[in-house]
This record gives sequence, structure tokens and C-alpha cells, in this order.
Amino acid sequence: MRVGVVTYPGACDDRDALHALALVGAEPVRLWHADSDLHGVDAVVIPGGFSYGDYLRPGALAALSPVMECVRAHAASGRPVLGICNGFQVLTEAGLVPGVLRPNTSLQFRCLDVTLAVGRESPWLPGCAVGDELVIPMKHHDGCWFADPGQVAELEANGQVLLRYRENPNGSVGSIAGVTNRAGNVAALMPHPEHAVEELFGSTDGRILLEGLLQQAAEPVGV
Amino acid sequence: MKVTVLVRPRDGILDPQGEAVRRSLAGLGYPAADVRAGKVFDLDVDVPDAEGARAIADEIAGKVLSNPLIEQYQVEVAG
Repeated sequence: MRVGVVTYPGACDDRDALHALALVGAEPVRLWHADSDLHGVDAVVIPGGFSYGDYLRPGALAALSPVMECVRAHAASGRPVLGICNGFQVLTEAGLVPGVLRPNTSLQFRCLDVTLAVGRESPWLPGCAVGDELVIPMKHHDGCWFADPGQVAELEANGQVLLRYRENPNGSVGSIAGVTNRAGNVAALMPHPEHAVEELFGSTDGRILLEGLLQQAAEPVGV
Repeated sequence: MKVTVLVRPRDGILDPQGEAVRRSLAGLGYPAADVRAGKVFDLDVDVPDAEGARAIADEIAGKVLSNPLIEQYQVEVAG
């Protein structure tokens, strides 16, 4: 499976994402924010970092970049898109996943391994049951996920809450760490699965999400 | 036309930055009961009339400069 990783000016986890994807057996493809096509990839990762210096709002300017039109079309066709950290912020600003990421309520940049509870059985979490725990690092200043109570209730009812923090590190509503779109083929989370793929770094739980991405790339949901 | 767009946190939304400033002001002894932090954008819109400038600034403010989930905006066209 060919998996594209979009590099924006200010991205910093794009290379780790390319490396992690290769480790789980994907053919990683570098994409550029100014690209006007996705070079035939089967799946897209929007990586972490500080696209456009986080100017205006994190992810807001990246959401307006040319490549995002292609990512929108790719998502609309039912093929998988995974947003990580800044990628989550980009996807919310692009309207591809619900909510918005605000500054952590502590106003501190927080970097730590977090324990995540699986919120639903999902193709994004192959082999995981509700309540299973994954340990994946997070590192962000703007990871406080927010949506109106009505929207949150809708997400809960539709099963769009993918992962929750066991201990809320940033003030996110409902301790929500990751969500999907309604169709389920676009997922985004603040923690970094691409940093949890090798034993040396303490956890390999991040592989699960990347393997989920590959499985869906092989069998898109078809919207 | 010169246009100013003011972007503020929506009413009722927690504003951690404003709250941090409020605490510091209280620490200095100022009677600041509430502080809300926002942003100001000064635009020079390249159209001749105020109404046209307002319409464009309104669209920019709603689509790009603010996120309606958490922010509200106000457009002011200079006389």
C-alpha cells in the first residue's frame, strides 16, 4: 500500500511518520503542501508539527493549502486519512473531523506517555475491544479538544469517539483524544502513534493505528 | 478601504489565556474581575466602497479569521 505523508512548512513529524509506515510494511510517499495531486496513494497521513508556524490558529492555514483539496476528494471517496497532532488540528479546521483543538487549559506544553482507552471497536484499532488500553506519547500545547454539548452527544451516539485519555492531560471535553468522521474513514488523534512503533522507545501500541490505516487502504469503505 | 476585524472567544467559552492574564492582574492588585483575550486584524481591502469592503471582510472573518465553534467576530469599516 502506498501511503502519502503531507509535509507543510513547519511540519516536524513527517519523517517519523514515513519511517513508522515503512516499519509496518507500507510504501511511504512524500507529499508536499503545494501538490495538486496525491501521486496515486491509497491512504494519507497528515503529520504533526507546527504548520505555517501555527499562525492564526493551529492547522488553520494548512487547511487552506492546495493539497487539502486532494485530501478532501480522497476522503470523500471513502479512502483512509489519519491526522496526528497538528494533523488533527488541520483536519478539524478543514471540516473533515468534528470539533476544534484549543490551548491546553493549563496553558503548558505537555509531553508525556498517555494511557488511552479504546472508545469503540473500529477498523482503526484492529484487534482492540472497548476499554482496552494503549500507551502512546503526546506532545502539544493546543490539544484541548472542544465541541458544543450537542455535537458531543451526536458524536457519542454515532460512535465517532475513537480514543479517550485515562487521565485528562489537556482539558479535552469528555477526555476525548481521538475522533473519526461520520463515515469512519477519517480519523484523527492528538497522541503520536508514529512515535510508538519500536520497543526501544517503550511502546509499540502506535503500530495498531498504522496497521488499521493499511487494512482500510486495502479495503476502503466506499462512501 | 481600511477594515478592522475583531475576533473574540465566544461568550461562555473558557479562555485560558484571558484567565491567566486576569490572575496576573489580580496579583498586581488591579480589580480585574474578568479578562477575555482576542485578536485584531487590520485589513486594507482593495475595493472603492465601504459596503463592498464590509461584505468581503465579513466573508474573510467568518471563513478564515475566526473559527465559529469557539470565536465570534466584529467588522468595523473606517469612515
